[in-house]
Order: sequence, then C-alpha cells, then structure tokens
Amino acid sequence: MAAPAVEEDDVTYVRTDPELPPVAIIDRSPITLRHKIVFGVVALLGAIAWALIAFARGETVNAVWFVIAAICTYVVAYRFYARLIEMKIVRPRDDEATPAELLENDVDYMPTDRRVLFGHHFAAIAGAGPLVGPVLAMQMGYLPGAIWIIIGAVFAGCVQDYLVLWVSTRRRGRSLGQMVRDEVGAVGGAAAIVAVIVIMVILLAVLALVVVNALAQSPWGVFSIAMTIPIALFMGVYLRFLRPGRISEITLIGVALLLLAVLAGNWVAETSWGQDWFGLSKIALSWCIVIYGFAASVLPVWLLLAPRDYLSTFMKVGTIALLALGILIARPTIQAPAVSEFAHSGTGPVFAGSLFPFLFITIACGALSGFHALISSGTTPKLLEKQGQMRLIGYGGMLTESFVAVMALVAAAILNQHLYFAINAPEAKTGGVAESAAAYVNTLPVGGDPITAAQIKAEAAGVGEASIVSRTGGAPTLAVGMAEVLHRAFGGPRFEAFWYHFAIMFEALFILTTVDAGTRVARFMLSDALGNLGGPLRRFRNPSWRPGAWLCSLVVVAAWGGMLLMGITDPLGGIYTLFPLFGIANQLLAAIALTLVAVVVAKKGYWKWLWMPVIPLLWDLVVTLTASWQKIFSTDINVGYWSLHHHCQQALAARTTKCSTARNVDQLNQVIRNTFIQGTLSIVFAVLVIVVFATGAVMVLRAARGGGTPLAEDEPAPSRCFAPAGLIPTATEREVQRQWDTLAVSSAKSVGTAAH
Amino acid sequence: MGHAGRILRQIRWYCGTLMGDTHYRRYVEHRRRTHPGEPVPTEGEYWKMRHAAGENPGARCC
Repeated sequence: MAAPAVEEDDVTYVRTDPELPPVAIIDRSPITLRHKIVFGVVALLGAIAWALIAFARGETVNAVWFVIAAICTYVVAYRFYARLIEMKIVRPRDDEATPAELLENDVDYMPTDRRVLFGHHFAAIAGAGPLVGPVLAMQMGYLPGAIWIIIGAVFAGCVQDYLVLWVSTRRRGRSLGQMVRDEVGAVGGAAAIVAVIVIMVILLAVLALVVVNALAQSPWGVFSIAMTIPIALFMGVYLRFLRPGRISEITLIGVALLLLAVLAGNWVAETSWGQDWFGLSKIALSWCIVIYGFAASVLPVWLLLAPRDYLSTFMKVGTIALLALGILIARPTIQAPAVSEFAHSGTGPVFAGSLFPFLFITIACGALSGFHALISSGTTPKLLEKQGQMRLIGYGGMLTESFVAVMALVAAAILNQHLYFAINAPEAKTGGVAESAAAYVNTLPVGGDPITAAQIKAEAAGVGEASIVSRTGGAPTLAVGMAEVLHRAFGGPRFEAFWYHFAIMFEALFILTTVDAGTRVARFMLSDALGNLGGPLRRFRNPSWRPGAWLCSLVVVAAWGGMLLMGITDPLGGIYTLFPLFGIANQLLAAIALTLVAVVVAKKGYWKWLWMPVIPLLWDLVVTLTASWQKIFSTDINVGYWSLHHHCQQALAARTTKCSTARNVDQLNQVIRNTFIQGTLSIVFAVLVIVVFATGAVMVLRAARGGGTPLAEDEPAPSRCFAPAGLIPTATEREVQRQWDTLAVSSAKSVGTAAH
Repeated sequence: MGHAGRILRQIRWYCGTLMGDTHYRRYVEHRRRTHPGEPVPTEGEYWKMRHAAGENPGARCC
C-alpha cells in the first residue's frame, strides 16, 4: 500500500480557468494490492469457467458457466486491454471540450450523463443481430460460437467501436463516410459512402426476412406486432398534443398496452376472424412490412418513429435484464455438442460452408459489427460529456452487446438439438410437417435420442403455435429457448406460450424499429449522395423537398423490399442464401471502419500501437474476402452463387427441371435470377472494400515516409465542466464533483438526454 | 426506508433521463444561460422543434 503523500503526487488536477474547480484529473497511481487480488480472482474464475465449457465431453455443462466465463473475460479485458488502448492510442484529454459541450444546443448536441449515454448507445447498437447470429451458428456446436463472440468482441468489435468513437469525437461527431473522405481520400470516401448505402439495404432486407419467417401463419404473433402501430400512434398523439415531454409516463402506458396485446393475441388467434385477418402468408406479410417501411419513412417522426423508439428502448433494456435473471434462476443445462459434425463437414442445413470463414460471418453482431461504426460516429459523440468516458461507452457498450449474444447462444444451446434442426432446416429439407421433419432430423449426425413427430407437435402446442417446423431465421428458435428459460424461472408451464409470443413480439419490435429508422436513414444517405453529385441533382440536398424525400424513400424501400421478396420466394429459403450476404456486408463495413482507424493511428505516429486496429482489420479482411471468394468462385453449388447459377442454367437448357431444390421451370428461373443478384452483390461489396482498404494502405505508407495528408482533427477548445470517467466514480472524482456541485453557477450541469 | 427511497429515486432519475423527460428543463436552463431575457419556447414548441430538427433518426444496428 502506498503512503497517502505518494498518492497525492500521482494525481494531477487540471484547470482551464482559475475561477473554476479542476476540469480533469490525471491519475497515475499504481494498481493497489486489493485490486490485484480482485482481478486475480476474477481471472482465475474465468479460466475455470472456460476450462469447463471447453473440455467437458460426455457430461452436461450448466449454462451458468457461460455467463461466468463471459463476464470474467469482459472484466479483465475492460480493465487491462481497453485501458492499454486508452493509454497508448486514445489518450483522452478531459481538459478539452467534447463536441457535445462545445456545440451544446440541447437539441442534437447535449452533454449527457455517462450512465444514460451508455443506455442510449447500447440501445442503438444492439438489436436482433446479436440474438439471431449465435442461434444460427449453433449448428456447429456451442464452443466455436462462444469463443468467437467473447474473444472477437474483446479484440475486434469493442476495439472498432471504441476507436471510431474516438476518431469521430475529435471531429465534432462527423459521420463515417465524411471521415473516410477526409482521412483516406476522395476515392476511398466515395466507395465507403456507396458501400454504406448498399450494406444498409441488405441489412434491412435480411432483418425483415427474419421477422416474416417468425410471423408467417402465426395470428397470435401478427396480432401483437400489428397492435404496436396503433399503440405508437396513440403515444405520438399523446406526446404531441396532450402532455408534451411526459415520455416515461406514456412509455409505461405503451408497455402495459403492449403486454395486453400479447395476452389478447392468444384469444384473437383462436377466433375465426383472427385467423382470417392475422394468419398471413409470407408474401402478404412481406408486402405489409414494405408498405409500413415506406410509410414510416415519409410520415413525421413524432407520429410513429419516435414513440416506437421509446417502446423499443424500454423493452430492449428490460427484456435483456429479464433473460439474464432467468438464466441465473433456471440454470438450464446445455444440450448442444461443443463442436458438431457440421463444423468439420460444412454441410449443415442452416447455412452452407465450413467453420472458417462462415462461422465468423454468421455471427457478426455480438463479436464484430461494422454497423456500429455508424452509431459510434455521428450519433454518440454529439452526446458525450468527457473524452475519458469513451472507454465506458465505446468499449463497454460493445461488451454488453457481446453478452447479449452469449445469452442468445445459451438459449439455443439448451434446446434438444433434433428440435433445433427441425426449426432451423429449410422447408425443402424438412418437408414442412412434423412427420417428415422428424424423419429428416433423425438422419442428421447430432447425437442424443431421436425425436418423434409427436414431440415436435407437442413443442409447437406448448408455445401456442400450429407448427414450428422450418421456422428459419433464428428468431423462433430464440423465442422457444427464451420461453424455456423464462417459464421455468417465472410463471411455470402455463406461461410458456405467453413467453414465446412475448419473445417474438420483442424481437419483431426492434427489428421493425431498425427497419423503419433504417429506411429513413438510408433515404437521407441516398439524397445526400445524390445531392453531392451536383448539377440539377443538387435539390436532393434539401431534406424538406418532399418529391425528393418520396422518391428516395421509394428507391430504398424498393431495393430492400425486392430483396425481401426474393428471399421469401427462394426455393432454398431466404435465410440459407441471404444471411451469409448480410454477415459479409456487415463485416466489410467493419473493414472500412478499421481502415479509417488504422490510417488515423498511423498519421498520429503511434506506430508501435498500430497493431491494435490492424490485427482485427486483417483478420476481418481474411474472413470476409475468403467468404466472398467462396461465394463468388466456389464450385460447390451449396456455397457458390455463380456455380449454382450456371448449374441451373444448364439444367434449364437441358430441359430438366431439377436443380438443387428447384423442382419446376418457375423455381429454376427464380434460382437463376436470385443467384445472379446475390453473386453480383458479393462482387460489388468485395470490390468496394478492397478499394477503401487499398487507398487506406497507401495513406498509411505515405504517412510512414513522412508525407501524406494532414489529420483532419478539430482545434481543441478548453473544457469548462467536469464528470467522472468510469461507471463508479473514484474518491478523487467524488471530491472534485463536490467542488463543482457547491459552485453556484455551474456552466454545464449534466442532465440526461435522448436521441429524440 | 431512506436507503430504499434513494434507490427508487435513482431508478426514477435514470429512466426519466434515459427516455427524455428532463430534456425540456435543461433546454430552458440552457436558453436562460445563452439568451438571457429572451422568451423561452413552451414544452410543446420545444418538442416540435426537436422533431423538426431530428428528421433523420440516426442509424440503428441490427
């Protein structure tokens, strides 16, 4: 233990105004013995948990060990690796004002309490992605997925989110596309902007596909989700005309109505009119979502989008906490194998391809998600109070998403694995009914007792559905797993069907929130990109020009709606063919973001620490470009889009109607058209990313030779406020905070804020 | 009781600030500081302005 006098020397108080208390604390005190012991114990516990889940063979593993392994790894990574990144690259200067403090207008720039901002950032980055990917990846066993989710987040996903937040905060919260243009150059910048728009379209299409697969022929699910629209409209009108600003109040009312809708869904689904109105086919449902997406994009924000966002934020944080609690109370045992047959053979029915690279593609959100770069730049920096808080928000926020992914993995791993494949294999393989599905899954090399058709039907009846066979997309599997955990923890068997539909509603709610907000964001990106072309297109830059807004919305909706319909009608099932494209797109965006970060780190001259962004960048490039290569050039018709394309073309020319799972000329033509679009998109993505990476690499080399363009960082301005950096303030931070609190006129007192 | 009350107040504070109940109050403070003496918009007007300025809702991930 160090003497108090020495500790005093380790702490420097920085003032920017002699009249004011310190605005920053630089604490160089060495780690205390107590902390050493605490972190030693955490590391040891984590190692034991990892050993248990990695080496258990033949005996059952309790799901709680996954939670322990994850949390211990996160604690150690946050304390040591994130801290190292902070010291060597980020070097936060709390005596400099953040964009939020400097440009505060309490409309879009608002210094926000770190704990509140953490909630916002988390709600913006985490949605259905971390829930769906791990479920699909379960076909390869729990271990590869668990390692990638936890280790990938620590060394790749969190690093990307944290460093993009850092780069954007030093540039007044500029967006990813703008920053790539400023730092990497015009060519790289243009490629990045096009890539972002195209990737957004794929993302929206695949997420919509997940919802359609979860809700088709499920009157209960469709009714409860449909009710979210009138509930949101009511909330919007209430906030606009009745009681402006009473957001918590109306959100609680909205959540209560939502739960009521889930309960009422059971009753509606049993009536004949309920089945007529809400038992929609996949195609009808797709059209509903397309029309909804368009409406949400052109209607005023206050009417539909903002209130849905309130509901979604509330449900997201609440349900994730509920699930964690449920796992700890129910403590289910794992049924999945550590590593399955399909990890080696690459012939699994959920998605095609071998473990490398396709596992790392399937689990994107939760381990490394390029999309977060759009939130870490632009949105979050405008709310950040202090640079020192970036570690908590950027790195810590992504760790939390990784934890969500671990819980999704657990929910899928506790299911009977025959049941898992009955839900997740495409209809072309299961035949769509319980009898043929049971026969099919019993031929799979998954071990354990075979399943009977009666068991599959009983499971469907238990969750209140007519059938659960081939409900691909991950959401229904997760809902079955969640219902399993939650009914054991809260309410008992009578509540299984309620929890299933609660889980479906919760997933669909935030997928639709991503779809409506995403359509709108893509519309703005498109009109901005068109406006920048100049000439007569300049009018598009004005966001209140209605024809432009309608036209861009229409283009965006047509693009993702077209892909959605393509996925729905695909004979092989949309998830099987489209999900890899979504994963590749998301992670190629990560490659763009990490390239930007690497260029900035190089320009700043931190050569010794360049590996921090470069290792995840190279890994990501190897994974995504290998996957793209296989999707484009593989001769295996299950993997390569073009080989399936040519194979079906030959089949058509030879007048045979059998190609893969296509059984007639229409289906054959469909496969030919779909694979053409998917194959073309694979090429476009890969080329765009190679362009950005190559221009970035040139920029790094020029910086190494002492040349290159200068950094586009803003001139720092002195800060005039104080806030603690970590989640829990230190003793010195508390003391300084007290000085600020006693100051009569605080120049910027922190109160929480929201994006709306 | 005092302890439980404090925790309850903190939860209320967190939910309130997360959802945005306090935004108008801080906007008023901000206006008083930066534009002293000028009239301050009502809460309804403030939210109208917020939504007009926030036409682009910001990206959300998956």
